[in-house]
Amino acid sequence: MRLEKCWFCSSTVYPGHGIQFVRNDAKIFRFCRSKCHKNFKMKRNPRKVKWTKAYRRLHGKDMTQDATFEFERKRNRPERYDRNLTENTLKAIKTIDKVRSRREETHHKNRMKGKAAKERKEARKEHDQQIHMLVAPGAQDKHLSATKVTVKVQHESNDENRMEE
Amino acid sequence: MVQYNFKKITKVPTGKDFVDIVLSRTQRQTPTVVHKGYAINRIRQFYMRKVKFTQTNFHEKLSTIIEDFPRLDDIHPFYGDLLHVLYNKDHYKLALGQINTARNLIGKIAKDYVKLLKYGDSLYRCKALKVAALGRMCTVTKRIGPSLAYLDQIRQHMARLPSIDPNTRTILICGYPNVGKSSFINKITRADVDVQPYAFTTKSLFVGHTDYKYLRYQVIDTPGILDRPFEDRNIIEMCSITALAHLRAAVLFFLDISGSCGYTIAQQSALFHSIKSLFMNKPLIIVCNKTDLQSLAGISDDDKKLVEEMRSEALKTLIGQGGEPREGAEVLLTMSTLTEEGVIAVKNAACERLLDQRVEIKMKSKKINECLNRFHVAVPKPRDQKERPVCIPQSVLEAKAKEAAAKESKKLERDLEEENGGAGVYSASLKKHYLLADDEWKEDNMPEILDGHNVYDFVDPDILQRLEELEKEEGLLQEVGDGDEEMDVEDLTPQQHKELAEIRKKKSLLIREHRIKKSTAESRPIVPRKFDKDKRFTSERMGRQLSSLGLDPSKAIERARSKSRGRKRERSSNGDMDVDDDGSNKKMRARSLSRLGSRSRSRPPTDVLVPGEGFRDSAQKIKAHKLAKNSVFKRNKDAKKGEGDRVIPNLKPKHLYSGKRSNGKTTRR
Repeated sequence: MRLEKCWFCSSTVYPGHGIQFVRNDAKIFRFCRSKCHKNFKMKRNPRKVKWTKAYRRLHGKDMTQDATFEFERKRNRPERYDRNLTENTLKAIKTIDKVRSRREETHHKNRMKGKAAKERKEARKEHDQQIHMLVAPGAQDKHLSATKVTVKVQHESNDENRMEE
Repeated sequence: MVQYNFKKITKVPTGKDFVDIVLSRTQRQTPTVVHKGYAINRIRQFYMRKVKFTQTNFHEKLSTIIEDFPRLDDIHPFYGDLLHVLYNKDHYKLALGQINTARNLIGKIAKDYVKLLKYGDSLYRCKALKVAALGRMCTVTKRIGPSLAYLDQIRQHMARLPSIDPNTRTILICGYPNVGKSSFINKITRADVDVQPYAFTTKSLFVGHTDYKYLRYQVIDTPGILDRPFEDRNIIEMCSITALAHLRAAVLFFLDISGSCGYTIAQQSALFHSIKSLFMNKPLIIVCNKTDLQSLAGISDDDKKLVEEMRSEALKTLIGQGGEPREGAEVLLTMSTLTEEGVIAVKNAACERLLDQRVEIKMKSKKINECLNRFHVAVPKPRDQKERPVCIPQSVLEAKAKEAAAKESKKLERDLEEENGGAGVYSASLKKHYLLADDEWKEDNMPEILDGHNVYDFVDPDILQRLEELEKEEGLLQEVGDGDEEMDVEDLTPQQHKELAEIRKKKSLLIREHRIKKSTAESRPIVPRKFDKDKRFTSERMGRQLSSLGLDPSKAIERARSKSRGRKRERSSNGDMDVDDDGSNKKMRARSLSRLGSRSRSRPPTDVLVPGEGFRDSAQKIKAHKLAKNSVFKRNKDAKKGEGDRVIPNLKPKHLYSGKRSNGKTTRR
């Protein structure tokens, strides 16, 4: 019993779910649900379909290269059963998962780093340029004066600092 | 050489029967209905078919007859001669020849009449032709009737001929009539031949079978032969002569010592000498029968001499065979079928002699190698008298013994299963024989899936080490951390935020409206502003919107009102102008901005009474105007092209389409 990856969206296919398609050249395509299957039949390229993992990885939305991916590899030669090894493996899986999720978070954060500043800049620009939708150009001076915020600036400068003219 | 089976020859019908058979077949198996109204081709075809069919049938049946009867040249000469003796070769051939001619004649008749039928022009003519054809064929057949009868007789007789195999081991018994040949054959075989005191009881050949040294021998009983010149012999005698002549067999010449057959020894020996030519190359034994009546020793000297002569003749044949006269080879034997003494001896002697001869012939022939294994088994001569038993090394013996012991003591899984409750109850543990580092782990169930991962993909002997490295890496990364983002752009104030929100709302509204307009612009005409029912374009609204924008709307409203209402009569202030001052008037008039209320045709206002119209007073005129206006049905043009411009605003209005079901009755809501 194995968990497979959907060919289209790269999500895990659990046993009893999905469809496997075997082509004439003996290549096997597994799909997690009919959505992916139908998209495949429409000959859509998963690298161009926004919600698939292939797209996200290709366009840098998700982490591509990492040490945590090296742990999970399909091995063709089975290892002889060793209880201790299995125990360690099971524990390792959990920690690797944690590590991977943490790293993915940081990746996402890095991706979103400059967003707040950009948004603020855009907001300011829009506000300044489109204020005519609320206040007619003729009445803008009045509006400005009405909305001006008077900030009391505390004079910290002492007499000593004043430049002597 | 074609093999014939005389018993399987088909019955030859008589002439009349033959005709009946063929004609009835024709009637049954060809179409029977034809009318004179049919197309002439169809009629012709119908009759031609009948003629051809009849001819084919005759041909078939005559051919089977000709082929079934044996050709005398093709069969074994013994049978050929036998048939000749019995039925006369010439008559036989003639009969078959007649059948053949009849066949050809019928073929010719059919061909001729078919040719004629092709040109038959009416149903009657075609029918007549067909009748003629069939009639002629039948006459031909009737003419060969006697031949057919003869052939049938032959067939019956042939079927009853004894089945003699000319090539196998045969013993032939011959001699004068009544000497005891049939009794002898009755004794040694299971044949049941008639034995009677009168001569020529046996009228034809009889076959019996006997065994000697695990081999089967044919014994042929012949009818008695009389001493007569060859030409005078009758058919029955000729049968035996034929047999003697053609079968390669051992011959037993029977001699009646006692003379009770009615013939003296002299006569019998005369016969012997006359047919001794037929004994060439055949093992011959002279058998003296009926010794119970007269023993060999007790006969007269003359007879003894004659017997001795016969004996010497027989010996000659023995020498002629090529073998030296061995001791114990008998050519003269005595027996008595009544007392059964010497019968077996005679048989054995005959069989032995025949076998020897046949073996010798086979040895000399080229086919010896195929048959050699039947004669001789070669065994190597022992060199000395030493005993040489089987030799098996000791280790092999031990191993064999151990294996035997192990097999008994090994406990099979099957036995274990039976002990623990049988097939359905006990299930064998397949993991019993696993080779693991620690035997306690044998029955472990290893999980295959954990948290959406395949465990087998992670199993690795050095996984711990790699995990350590990973954690180290992780630790380092975490120390680095992420620095706070710099705030080089300050945030908007809350008031500004609100304004921004409003701006965005208005924008989205505009966009939505634009989208609606865009989508409907091509499909349907838009109601122009002056016909709007929702009163979206009133001046009050404009005023409200302007004031929300922060502007003073009053002037704008005024202006809008003035324009919509038309020009007030303030022309009177400008009206008193000199007619002379055309130029200045023109200028002034040109300066006036609005041309609203300009009248293309001079028409006085409604309340001014014009004398020619027939109204009593201005009030009446006004009323009349009103009535006129109301009577005219002013249709709501609604920006439609005309009356035919019917637009369905809603293809599926909700009040007509809600509450319906796609299938089924709506008896409940």
